[in-house]
Amino acid sequence: MQAARERTMLLAAFALLALFPLLAGTFYLQLFAKIMIMAIFAMSLDLLVGYTGLVSFGHAAFFGIGAYALFVLSPQYAAASLYLSLPMAIGAAAVAAAVIGLLVLRASGVSFIMVTLAFAQMLFYYVIGSKTLGGSDGVYIYVKPSTTLFGWTPVSLDRPAGFYYLVLAALAATYLVLRFVTRSLFGHALLGIRSNESRMRALGFATTSYKLAAFVIAGAIAGLAGYLDATQFGFVSPDLLGWRLSGEVLMMVILGGMGTLYGSVLGAFVLVLLQDGLTDVTRHWLLPLGLFIILAVLLLPRGLGGLLRRAEKAHD
Amino acid sequence: MTESVLAARDLARQFGGLKAVDGVSLELFAGEIHAVIGPNGAGKTTLINLLSGDLAPTAGSIRFAGHEIAGATPERIAQLGIGRSYQRVNVFAGFSAFENCRLAAQARLAHGLGLFRQARDVHVLNEAAAAALERVRFERSERIAETLSHGEQRQLEIAMTLATAPKALLLDEPLAGMGAEESERMTALIAELGRDHAVLLVEHDMDAVFRIAHTLTVMVDGKVLESGAPAAIRASAAVQEAYLGSDETAP
Repeated sequence: MQAARERTMLLAAFALLALFPLLAGTFYLQLFAKIMIMAIFAMSLDLLVGYTGLVSFGHAAFFGIGAYALFVLSPQYAAASLYLSLPMAIGAAAVAAAVIGLLVLRASGVSFIMVTLAFAQMLFYYVIGSKTLGGSDGVYIYVKPSTTLFGWTPVSLDRPAGFYYLVLAALAATYLVLRFVTRSLFGHALLGIRSNESRMRALGFATTSYKLAAFVIAGAIAGLAGYLDATQFGFVSPDLLGWRLSGEVLMMVILGGMGTLYGSVLGAFVLVLLQDGLTDVTRHWLLPLGLFIILAVLLLPRGLGGLLRRAEKAHD
Repeated sequence: MTESVLAARDLARQFGGLKAVDGVSLELFAGEIHAVIGPNGAGKTTLINLLSGDLAPTAGSIRFAGHEIAGATPERIAQLGIGRSYQRVNVFAGFSAFENCRLAAQARLAHGLGLFRQARDVHVLNEAAAAALERVRFERSERIAETLSHGEQRQLEIAMTLATAPKALLLDEPLAGMGAEESERMTALIAELGRDHAVLLVEHDMDAVFRIAHTLTVMVDGKVLESGAPAAIRASAAVQEAYLGSDETAP
């Protein structure tokens, strides 16, 4: 019953997002595309934080790699092919996640948080020092990737609605993939690891392999989000690898409710809209935003997603 | 003479200057309950941790099913067929009893990480979990583990271990903290499991131990003081003196 209602709500939300371009102007289309990109990013982190119990504070590293990958793959004044550059960007992020994962997964708990942060910061300073990657000034991508396939162009990413639909499709695909993953035997093992890793090992699970696979999947999807971000703004800077972004996305996951996937989407919407709305109202927007987050975490231990669930139960 | 399922030779584990386990040798046979008794601090739990891979021995060898497993990881040892329970209840607190057992059964599915199999479609696991719960006569399988009574959690833990289909069972004080009636049922269950498993039982309840064990090993200060049939141990003067005590009536 509850599963059926959850599905109805998700389908309704998807329909609303699909119809949104009919109503909204360019500004809101771009804003919503940005939010959906953050939602993809947040869902990927939820696989680690919410399902596996791995609190990564360096997840932006893979977001940034996806973004810089598009820059590297784009000719200076021509378009890269979406069908080549997107899989390569995702692949680059996945490979980086496999290498970093092998190293950081030796740690757990607080040291895991610190070590993931350290690796992301290493990449951050590498990019700052790199001339080819534009250093601290960042780099521009002058032409958005082309969707032309055998002479046919299904949608132009230069049109706000065209790009919006690409992001919406990526959001839906990410949700479905992660839903499949979390409901698989693998996903159940991740939940076991989050609950009691030493017991899992005593039962015979090689838990490090499971954690590494989760880390790679999460990194790959974060790379997808970074690629889309670079496509949208045509500008890539070291901030995309930085700890601020890692913290923001962690906040979205916690605010939305860990271990639900859709909670992360909700968290992304609420956090970005709040940031946007509050900057319009006051210059001191960080203060009310901080208060809101503190209150939300205190009052809603299961996040906004948990609030929805509670409302549903009351309704029953 | 049948061949032993598990054989430890001169096993030792040192913590700094303390020799917690000091040159212990013992053998487990299929269909036999081998109890290890001894005063607190004798090194019984450390011995189980060495056999299960939770601790690596500083010296000695452990043979199990044709493999040398001394110093192997817990997951490898579990995969080979040694299941253990813990002195303190150790289950997946937020999962139902059934889910606890299903996850345990999943450990034995050797099909990669299971990324492409949807959990609810794997009927073998549901059957294995149900069978394990049935074997320990666990009734409230839909209850969340942390809401179960202490005795039920202990029962659940045995069921989880059984769901991994082990050849040998290492049970660390399975009767600890149980009421008389629960304790009685658990003792009967262990006796029953002893028929088709090699069981290593660490337990303080001497009544139960002498009732169901086929072989007893007495440990003191990390060493084996004496090993043999229950009657021989009961009669041993050394054991009387060191452990059972002169005024403590032996059962």
